Amino acid sequence: MPAPIRLRELIRTIRTARTQAEEREMIQKECAAIRSSFREEDNTYRCRNVAKLLYMHMLGYPAHFGQLECLKLIASQKFTDKRIGYLGAMLLLDERQDVHLLMTNCIKNDLNHSTQYVQGLALCTLGCMGSSEMCRDLAGEVEKLLKTSNSYLRKKAALCAVHVIRKVPELMEMFLPATKNLLSEKNHGVLHTSVVLLTEMCERSPDMLAHFRKLVPQLVRILKNLIMSGYSPEHDVSGISDPFLQVRILRLLRILGRSDDDSSEAMNDILAQVATNTETSKNVGNAILYETVLTIMDIKSESGLRVLAINILGRFLLNNDKNIRYVALTSLLKTVQTDHNAVQRHRSTIVDCLKDLDVSIKRRAMELSFALVNGNNIRGMMKELLYFLDSCDPEFKADCASGVFLAAEKYAPSKRWHIDTIMRVLTTAGSYVRDDSVPNLIQLITNSVEMHAYTVQRLYKALLDDISQQPLVQVASWCIGEYGDLLVSGQCEEEEPIQVTEDEVLDVLEGLLVSNLSTPVTRGYSLTAIMKLSTRFSSVNRIKKVVSIYGSSIDVELQQRAVEYNALFKKYDHMRPALLERMPIMEKSATNGPTEIVQTNGETEPSVVEPKHPPLVTQPANQANDLLVLLGGNDVPVIPTTMPTKPASAGGELLELLGDLSLSGGPASAPAPSVPTSQPSFLLDGLSSQPLFNDIAAAAIPPMTAYNKNGLKIDFTFERANPNPNIAVITIHASNSTEADMTDFVFQAAVPKTFQLQLLSPSSNVVPALNQGTVTQVIRVLNPQKQQLRMRIKLTYTLKGSPVQDLAEGSYMAMEDEDNHTTAVATNTQTGIKKGGDVGDNGACIDRQPDTVVHQAGLNQTAGRGSRSGPGAHAATGIRVLKASHTEEVYCDAVGD
Amino acid sequence: MMRFLLLFSRQGKLRLQKWFTPMAEREKKKIIRDMTTMVLARQPRSCNFLHWKDLKVIYKRYASLYFCLAVDNQENELLALEVIHRYVELLDKYFGNVCELDIIFNFEKAYFILDEFLMGGEIQETSKQMVNRSIEASDMLQETMEEYMSKPAF
Repeated sequence: MPAPIRLRELIRTIRTARTQAEEREMIQKECAAIRSSFREEDNTYRCRNVAKLLYMHMLGYPAHFGQLECLKLIASQKFTDKRIGYLGAMLLLDERQDVHLLMTNCIKNDLNHSTQYVQGLALCTLGCMGSSEMCRDLAGEVEKLLKTSNSYLRKKAALCAVHVIRKVPELMEMFLPATKNLLSEKNHGVLHTSVVLLTEMCERSPDMLAHFRKLVPQLVRILKNLIMSGYSPEHDVSGISDPFLQVRILRLLRILGRSDDDSSEAMNDILAQVATNTETSKNVGNAILYETVLTIMDIKSESGLRVLAINILGRFLLNNDKNIRYVALTSLLKTVQTDHNAVQRHRSTIVDCLKDLDVSIKRRAMELSFALVNGNNIRGMMKELLYFLDSCDPEFKADCASGVFLAAEKYAPSKRWHIDTIMRVLTTAGSYVRDDSVPNLIQLITNSVEMHAYTVQRLYKALLDDISQQPLVQVASWCIGEYGDLLVSGQCEEEEPIQVTEDEVLDVLEGLLVSNLSTPVTRGYSLTAIMKLSTRFSSVNRIKKVVSIYGSSIDVELQQRAVEYNALFKKYDHMRPALLERMPIMEKSATNGPTEIVQTNGETEPSVVEPKHPPLVTQPANQANDLLVLLGGNDVPVIPTTMPTKPASAGGELLELLGDLSLSGGPASAPAPSVPTSQPSFLLDGLSSQPLFNDIAAAAIPPMTAYNKNGLKIDFTFERANPNPNIAVITIHASNSTEADMTDFVFQAAVPKTFQLQLLSPSSNVVPALNQGTVTQVIRVLNPQKQQLRMRIKLTYTLKGSPVQDLAEGSYMAMEDEDNHTTAVATNTQTGIKKGGDVGDNGACIDRQPDTVVHQAGLNQTAGRGSRSGPGAHAATGIRVLKASHTEEVYCDAVGD
Repeated sequence: MMRFLLLFSRQGKLRLQKWFTPMAEREKKKIIRDMTTMVLARQPRSCNFLHWKDLKVIYKRYASLYFCLAVDNQENELLALEVIHRYVELLDKYFGNVCELDIIFNFEKAYFILDEFLMGGEIQETSKQMVNRSIEASDMLQETMEEYMSKPAF
């Protein structure tokens, strides 16, 4: 086999490739050759092949098949092989490779090699990619080498120890003895790496930190020697003696001096010396100054020293070198909290940095500018920042906008200024502001009662100029809806009032509805605004027309609003003025910074709206969160409780919303209509097609006992929904006269297909002993065809550890039309015996329809809301056909028609 | 500590990669891509610092080659520039007027030099002479393998 081509040859060849494809082809060919050479266990050229592989790896080609070859090279006796082998290991192996096991042995051997350069390679590799297992296995060797007098090995061992500690912190203790005389070393390499090691230990353990505080004088001495000693060519960088070491010592001093008076005291002088004596014409001097400043600011330094530090940063700000300006801004940002006034003095320079062309500097300057805003300089600073917002790159706008909002919120000198500022942001950077800025601004406007006329005028004008900035348009729509009357009456003192007619205003809002620029949310705002104007403007007919048009919008959201508003015009016109009344002043929620309220659609903090407040009638569900936040849990125009005028078309959403209001109505999945009951659960049910009222003729049907056996008694009470006589509401009351609790109590009911039945969750699944309480459960039955109601029920429970399943039958109940006088006649016979035929008391036979469904409480309810430990635990049985052969039935025969 | 050092050309071709913390191959590739696009997009005469995730990225261009060093947040970025510069000096001393081609054709030497200067993400040796001496001594140790016989002839 001919010798493989040389590395340089290969590089040269590959570089001649004109296309990516050509290069790939060359590399594939070479890889094939390398692979076959690896397979032949060729020792002569392994090193060359791995080197070539490393080159290809750099070009982005896979080279993992060389991993084992690296190990073989490391195990070789030749230094060249080892050198390439270790290099390959560092490049090709990552932490999770199994080859690490093999590697540990190789490294262990080499750490004890007679040649320091071989030992060095092993240390370097271990310190670069040693896994925690490797570190554990080899820490002893590292510790040994840390004590050697050979500085070449000692510095590498120190950094290796750093790596070991990073990987396995509990091994730290073992290096403690070796640190004893590290700082007395003369060699800068060893000194530097020792300081790194000490820093690592101090940062990881408070004990170590306390232990090493005694080193402060020694560190100070070393630093002093560095800055005082004359020119030493070996470590000189632009006239400064070993800046790398100086910076490292300064950092260790910072850690040792932090919140420790004595140590801080001990280093004050040297810090002052470094701060004043360092030559700053070159970057390297500034690097040391920068580190010094950080140390001064971090330890308990004298106040004079702190002023000196801030002044150094101030000088940095004026430096021509952008890098220096950058670090000045970064470090001022760090110190602005502690030394606010000192930083404040450099405000104008900082603001100037906003105009820098460099984005890195601009960003730092922006952050710092916001940190400097306070009550005294807000107007001036805001002018600069708004100007910046106007002209800056898009990447800054979002952050800048929220910064302005925050600062304005905190320091606004007047409400008018505040509103103007936010409006300015919305007009200049509207598309970049966060979603929550719209409700925040609306809240602000609502609460500034005296500003309403002014605001609505300003916003109206802004709308005439530009309808592309969606947040602005949303706020404007909302305000026009709320304060439209103020707009057309033109009673604004501060601005020259504009003359607008009702029709013009409606034109604008309708324009928003049809504009391509409007988002669906904006359209929603706009439609609601139009609706609200129906009580503020006289052109009700026009509004009616617009609203009805959108009743057939393809946008579900818009359509829902429109349908609801339409209903408001028709059925509930008498309530419309009250419903569309102006929003009251909202109480500020505790944390109202733009950064703090974050809502996600469909979710509202439950605390925002107290359950006692009625749900928002005019607001469709997925918009309601905005409004709910606005309501802020405060007084809402009083709407009769439980008077949802919500024609339900998308009840799920609404219920989800209401779920947070602790109205745990089920979702609309069950096709059963609903009736409010004594339980609050059904204030709103998804599919009720009519408003429901709570004034149910509860006493219309006398209660009856449906089951009474073995100590378990089940009573039925009946209620009838007033507006919908087809619905019967049966509340079961289960009581237990035995001496033991009945657990796992499950009540199931089944009705024929023509009925619809809904079982709510029971109050409990344990029926307490000795009649000490009852379990109640509500059943609602819809009987649209007014047939005789027939029902089967099944009872299961556990008494004294043994499961009981029982059935009962025989009951009448009423389901009648108009009048309330039907009586349910109960013939209540418990048989407990399986009945062969399904003969009801009235001879009515229940058909064993396969679709007779057992509704298990909880199953129809919103998933997750049903109690899991209760009947829901039986969910495994699910909704399924109740096999008549295994059950007995109770027939509830409806009478009275 | 330093996290990684990348050398790449103005065309975004990688010339050297040194990772001081273990990382999956895929992640490395993504970082390399991010770094090259970020750094190459910088305007001339901008400052040499960037922020990337929680790291500080310090880059500097020497002729056709970009040196890009990512360090932890508490590191001194001005000193990081000195680290880069020191490495360039070391390369220059070793190759004598180093250029991109030297590093392409002798990439392993560039790694060896780096490994004598930095280790485990920290500076190992603050003296240029010491690094050079170690490299020379190591080179001497290398046996007479043909491609290492002569010093780079480019």
